[in-house]
Amino acid sequence: MGLLAKDKQVAVPGDILADDLGFIPGFGTYRNGHNLMCSRLGLVNVEGKVVKVIPLSGKYLPRRNDIVVGRIMDILMSGWRVDISSPYTAVLSSKETAEFIERNEDLSRHFDLDEYIVCKVTNVTSQNLVDVSCRDQGLRKLRGGRILKVNNHKVPRIIGKKGSMVSMIKQATGCRVIVGQNGTVWIDGEPDKENIAVNAIKKIEAESHMPGLTDRMKTYLEEITGVKLSLNDGGDYNGLQ
Amino acid sequence: MDYNKRLDGRDFDELRPMEAKAGVIKKADGSAYFRMGNTVAYAAVYGPREMFPKFMQNPKKGVLRCNYNMMPFSGAGERVRPGPGRRSKEISAVTDKALGAVVDLIDSPNAVVDVYIELPQTDAGSRCCGINAAAIALADAGIPMRDLVSAVAVGHAGNKICVDLDYQEEHLPEFLEGLDDHDVADIPVAIIPSTGEISLLQMDGIVPKEVLMKALHKAKDAAMKVNEVQRAALREKFASHIAENGNSDSDNSYNENGYSNDADATAQEDTDGI
Amino acid sequence: MAIIDQESKKHVKESLIKGVRYDGRKKDEFRPIEIRTGFLTTAEGSAHVKCGETEVIAGVKMAMEKPYADTPDQGILMVGAELLPFSNPKYESGPPDAVAIEVARVIDRGIRESKSLDNKRLCIKAGEKVWTINVDICPLNDDGNLIDIGSMAAVAAILNARFPCVENDKVNYKKKTDEPVPIHRIPIAITVIKIGSNLIVDPTELEEQALDARLTVTTIDDGRLCSIQKGGMGTLSIEEIDKMIDLAVHKSSEIRKLIKQE
Repeated sequence: MGLLAKDKQVAVPGDILADDLGFIPGFGTYRNGHNLMCSRLGLVNVEGKVVKVIPLSGKYLPRRNDIVVGRIMDILMSGWRVDISSPYTAVLSSKETAEFIERNEDLSRHFDLDEYIVCKVTNVTSQNLVDVSCRDQGLRKLRGGRILKVNNHKVPRIIGKKGSMVSMIKQATGCRVIVGQNGTVWIDGEPDKENIAVNAIKKIEAESHMPGLTDRMKTYLEEITGVKLSLNDGGDYNGLQ
Repeated sequence: MDYNKRLDGRDFDELRPMEAKAGVIKKADGSAYFRMGNTVAYAAVYGPREMFPKFMQNPKKGVLRCNYNMMPFSGAGERVRPGPGRRSKEISAVTDKALGAVVDLIDSPNAVVDVYIELPQTDAGSRCCGINAAAIALADAGIPMRDLVSAVAVGHAGNKICVDLDYQEEHLPEFLEGLDDHDVADIPVAIIPSTGEISLLQMDGIVPKEVLMKALHKAKDAAMKVNEVQRAALREKFASHIAENGNSDSDNSYNENGYSNDADATAQEDTDGI
Repeated sequence: MAIIDQESKKHVKESLIKGVRYDGRKKDEFRPIEIRTGFLTTAEGSAHVKCGETEVIAGVKMAMEKPYADTPDQGILMVGAELLPFSNPKYESGPPDAVAIEVARVIDRGIRESKSLDNKRLCIKAGEKVWTINVDICPLNDDGNLIDIGSMAAVAAILNARFPCVENDKVNYKKKTDEPVPIHRIPIAITVIKIGSNLIVDPTELEEQALDARLTVTTIDDGRLCSIQKGGMGTLSIEEIDKMIDLAVHKSSEIRKLIKQE
């Protein structure tokens, strides 16, 4: 009786994580009689009596307040449709931009098709209709730069604690980097340095589950770029301020 | 004469050697490779993604759409003409039902999860092999499911119940002389391991009911062995997770705002109504 | 169908102008290539080619059939390719579209026009029975350059193939002879793409989407050309075509060596 799975263990759908009614099913789990079962491929997370599975894969599902990088895919009557690398597209209303847009203005002069923006998810309905906004400070069109798509579950690792990982990449390559919660990353710098940033991010993605990653990445980046790096608080690592 | 020793020397309860790997197709959201003897299946999952044609969308929950296909050079004899034939369409439909029983797409209204099963080489048991690969691929893709699905074909040949028939056993009278003219029955079965529920059952051939019931029990036992292979493939993909923890650096529970990931996960908990 | 993202296309171009490909390769550099043959039990010949992340399987099936009326003493070679939705999210289920058909036909013509196959030796009884050789190319993962990689797989599979035994006038697919397909040349297809004024080989999917024009050149062992196909909405000058052909011929001998080694 009790907890059958260990914290940070890999869990597969159908695994019995606990066979005791005393445990509470959290995200990625469900109850089947006395058993607490896994419903998502991921890592077990036990906090007190709550057992969760943190997913390792799966499409990005938008959540309120997420900062995401999206692409303008259509121009609507009073706004734009934005591809946010999710099964669901988002709508940016012309009332939600930093600049005031008059009625009947040509919207493509503000955001045109295929342009990339960094924006914030403001609302998600039960049918997964999504609203985004560019009103807050720093949210804007992204000019130039290269787009990289990563597994959105790895975003916290790529950002690092308080932005430490991504700011190392920025220091080493001199590139501007914005990591969207949706797994879309924007990188802007010299092309050869952009490649280094891309390779670094892909390395983090591949090794995200192995400990000692921050130190490994520091060594890796220092060797390739020759820049001495300092591990510090990333602060406003997304450059939105 | 009865069938006393299997053509390839296996025990009657023994499956062919199996091999499985997760994440083999990089472009896919989830993928897997599954081999049972000489039958090989690849599965690739794309989704959830926007569903076309739009009229097929379901506003209440996501749709699972399976597509089974044999590559032209995968058949035992002549080339198989490419394109969905009637057999492929039927197998696609039963595969859909077999996997649909465990998958939960309540959080993906109007979206579709496409599962593509391709076989480069077959030696009987192809639909079961396809289902086994597809189940791994769905989990790999992060699709919420209450369990994997494990499938195996049992048969009745020469008065014996054989687990995991190969092509020769499916056509036993052609390969074994002097066999009493009992019909060969081929029974593919898909099981949900944690509950023993059956999500796919087909049968071709003539058998008394007792034989079928015995075959189903054998299938259940055999499916558990398939299940072990499937689980191992998924775990293996993340092998270095195991036993490595405690280092503050491997702390991936913070998101960009410094909030614990758990805080964001709570937004999803109320949708966990499997 | 893939929607080309104009911003990304621009950036790929700008990087190339500064001499940088996204994966750090040189303009005339192929991704690492791995070739495996003879691994399918149900096919008379098989090959698996991996080039970077693009992965393709090709299989050969042979059968005895009636010849075409206009070539009663010649065997038949058919090369097909299916762009499986399995291999890339941009492909849809259903009958092959123009893109898929072009890939198949370019590969087919490259092999056919090279006259590498001694069709007359495939004749069993003139007017009645000849061998048909069907090569099918199935991509497992499409990250660009399917024409070149598919063609490599097809040729490698043909070289790997052995005739099945014939017993009592019927093919016994369970037994193979030692007899290879009568092929005396190795045709190699190389696609050169133009982005801005840059000419590159072995494009990734993203580079393919950013191309202005492409030229697929199939050559035989002595460097002569046997098939050419231009694609893409952009145009090519004669000087560019000149350069592209040189580049293709140069790369084809490297690739031919790899295939021969198998």
